[in-house]
Amino acid sequence: MLNTLLPILLFAALGLALIGVLRRVSLWRNGRAAKVDLLGGLLAMPKRYMVDLHHVVARDKYIANTHVATAGGAVASIILAILVHGFGLHNRVLGYALLLMSAVMFVGAIFMYLRRRHPPSRLSKGPWMRLPKSLLAFSGSFFVVTLPVAGVLPANFGGWLLAIILGIGLLWGVCELFLGMTWGGPMKHAFAGALHLAWHRRPERFGGGRSTGLKPLDLTDRTAPLGVEKPKDFTWNQLLGFDACVQCGKCEAACPAFAAGQPLNPKKLIQDMVVGLAGGTDANFAGSPYPSLDGMGKPIGEHGGNPHQPIVNGLVDADTLWSCTTCRACVEECPMMIEHVDAIVDMRRHLTLEKGATPNKGAEVLENLIATDNPGGFAPGGRMNWAADLNLEVMSHKKTVDVLFWVGDGAFDMRNQRTLRAFVKVLKAARVDFAVLGLEERDSGDVARRLGDEATFQMLARRNIQTLAQYDFKRIVTCDPHSFHVLKNEYGAFEGHYVVQHHSTYLAELIADGALNVGQHKGTSVTYHDPCYLGRYNGEYQAPRDVLRALGIEVKEMVRSGFRSRCCGGGGGAPITDIPGKQRIPDMRMDDIRETGAELVAVGCPQCTAMLEGVVEPRPMIKDIAELVADALFEETAPAKPAAARREPAEAH
Amino acid sequence: MDKSALHVISLVSVGAHPTSGRPRRAEQDARAVELGLQLAGDNLHVLHAGDAEEPALRGYLGMGVDELHVLAQPPGADALPGLADYIRESGVQLVLTGSQAETGEGSGMLPYLLAEKLGWPLVVGMAEVESMSNGTAQVLQALPRGQRRRLKVRLPFLATVDNSAPKPRQSAYGPAQRGLLDVEEIDVVIDEVFAGAELTPAKPRPKRLKVIKAKSGADRMKAATAKASGGGGQVLKGVTAQEGAAAILKLLVEEGVVR
Ligand code: SF4
Ligand code: SF4
Repeated sequence: MLNTLLPILLFAALGLALIGVLRRVSLWRNGRAAKVDLLGGLLAMPKRYMVDLHHVVARDKYIANTHVATAGGAVASIILAILVHGFGLHNRVLGYALLLMSAVMFVGAIFMYLRRRHPPSRLSKGPWMRLPKSLLAFSGSFFVVTLPVAGVLPANFGGWLLAIILGIGLLWGVCELFLGMTWGGPMKHAFAGALHLAWHRRPERFGGGRSTGLKPLDLTDRTAPLGVEKPKDFTWNQLLGFDACVQCGKCEAACPAFAAGQPLNPKKLIQDMVVGLAGGTDANFAGSPYPSLDGMGKPIGEHGGNPHQPIVNGLVDADTLWSCTTCRACVEECPMMIEHVDAIVDMRRHLTLEKGATPNKGAEVLENLIATDNPGGFAPGGRMNWAADLNLEVMSHKKTVDVLFWVGDGAFDMRNQRTLRAFVKVLKAARVDFAVLGLEERDSGDVARRLGDEATFQMLARRNIQTLAQYDFKRIVTCDPHSFHVLKNEYGAFEGHYVVQHHSTYLAELIADGALNVGQHKGTSVTYHDPCYLGRYNGEYQAPRDVLRALGIEVKEMVRSGFRSRCCGGGGGAPITDIPGKQRIPDMRMDDIRETGAELVAVGCPQCTAMLEGVVEPRPMIKDIAELVADALFEETAPAKPAAARREPAEAH
Repeated sequence: MDKSALHVISLVSVGAHPTSGRPRRAEQDARAVELGLQLAGDNLHVLHAGDAEEPALRGYLGMGVDELHVLAQPPGADALPGLADYIRESGVQLVLTGSQAETGEGSGMLPYLLAEKLGWPLVVGMAEVESMSNGTAQVLQALPRGQRRRLKVRLPFLATVDNSAPKPRQSAYGPAQRGLLDVEEIDVVIDEVFAGAELTPAKPRPKRLKVIKAKSGADRMKAATAKASGGGGQVLKGVTAQEGAAAILKLLVEEGVVR
């Protein structure tokens, strides 16, 4: 009986699944064209899956092992089941292989079931609670129906009753795996995920690479939309990427805006994009909603959309998009390597460039950037006031230099001027041949770009690149990770290619080369806060720690440090758009800092400095790495007085 | 108010950023456009007399105006005759403008001269239009210290806006690039007075000394925030034009304005 039904069931399900594939593909094809290496991507996919994706999943050993067993067992079981029960190849070896694989899958599914007994809040419930049971039904039923094939049990054992139970189990399992895969069940992640890995919009990320720079808009193409208004304005492989989400909530757990009670949940956002690409409402979403100020969360089921409907104020509220600090914690944690930040900035671009709807101080900051090249609207002529007494060399005189010191807009900020002056002191002590652009420097364009104003970003970038093109330098060094990231990773698209270093990296080099004579840091215990744009964006975790160690500091690490560092709340223009939440992100970060018991937190970013110093006292002190190094410098004028006469004029420290 | 039935012109000029001096949309003119958009929506007519090539003009288009009309004028030309002719022929009910340009002469005289030439009433510092019907408008005029005066004006009229008018919306890149500039060549009238004049940088006007005799914190606060309002004002009611003029002249002589 089952022997006749089973092939019919299998092939019918396969056929329906295939129709599902075509439908899903047609949904993705609503998106815009993208340059993708279709064949190369497919060929690279297995390796990307087994190496790169597994590398992320393996941060949680339990789930990694469980997933290997379940997914590996499932893929093998499906293929073997089609051979054995579909085509009727009742071969003993195949039979035993199928038994083994379905057993492995069964064990994996049991562990998955156990994990789901008390699921953490980041996991979606709903159909995802059913999935482990479906997998058990699938593997268990196939195990039992395969026993006769392997010759372990006689055919027709168990009689009608068992046949009926098995039949139900098989139907359930096959539906979940075959149909759910392509018709939008939880198993969709396997099908969409595999293709997403193959046709990822940042293939450079695989094989240990890094790709974090935002992709430019072609402003000369008048037909291309300025950012994303409707789901169909995403590229097709972005839509495909959204479909790959497994709703694991790793992104939600890492998101500082979500934790602060701002109305953003990256997981929900990705699921809303799935709703947008497929059409419908978010009523079936079974995870944490966007937080709301009353603590209840924004109600589910009131938002909906389709590929041809504007996203904002249909599917997603604008404040959700403006809550993001672009810290990339979500992208870093996502096992499916989905690009949340790209999607958020794409939608912001539409709001800023088409709607003129950058909230709060956004419009003012953008106007200032256009009219004064700095976000504060300060007179451009004051850009060098911080160094009035330092006699800095300027590129327009010097032309050729080893190190071009990129000052950044911190030049206008009194607190950051202390850092800049400390760094200059260190450069001078190390006798570095350096110069600044002086009044020729402009804002790097970081904030404009993250606020969605691609036009202003490109204007600033082009002018800076033009300025830099006139001079000869070996490298650019900056104390600002945002400028660092933009100069290093985002100017390339406009023919600006430079060797760029963050000052911590350069300081580490100077110390390693013995060019700096530093003493020991005195007193207080120290922790270190990794800036997002240095760490996750550029992978520099070591150099700042090396510098601190050279000062005799043993860093008291925070639980969330390195690639798991929590944002200070200052990125992505978030302090400018200032979306209210239950608490402030820098306060949460300060709690992380307090937990270590450190009395001082070393930072490497003007934004982090400003955000953390904005936390009310009493709190640990905040010092930039450059300040710590400058404080520990051995003064050169220390030796006996007479010798000083023959020395070069003392430097102004 | 029926937006589509209303015919409003906002006059705009090229501004200059206060710290960098770079061209931009002028702050008050942008408010004139904002108020115009709130009153007339898509029907708003935005008019500039000057150089159509100036990129800063696109800042107004970025506010969601489809088209900007430019009466082409070289620098130094007198914008007044061209604007007056254009407005007279347009059949418009309301003309809005900033109080003072940020570039050029910046004398703040244009609205007065224009109103005189057209023979229209002029409302200075209009903050809000409350209603318009039967050929009259009820508007709120901004006075110092947040005070408002309700005025009834017959249409058509001219109004200047200052910082009490609604804040201008953000100028967006997309519409700014797509917006059209409709350029019209008109007769150029050289402004003889201006052409012959010599421009020197403005010196800050000396402030009147304020002697604070406050007794309480509230008084001090009031004294610190109040604009110098003279205080010795005198309301003339029911006097003839001659008596009124004589009173004004007497004051001007006393203050040393007229010698
Ligand atoms: S980038 Fe940071 S703030 Fe934005 S969604 Fe991701 S985790 Fe949240
Ligand atoms: S976006 Fe990524 S991290 Fe977030 S729930 Fe989906 S798969 Fe998990």
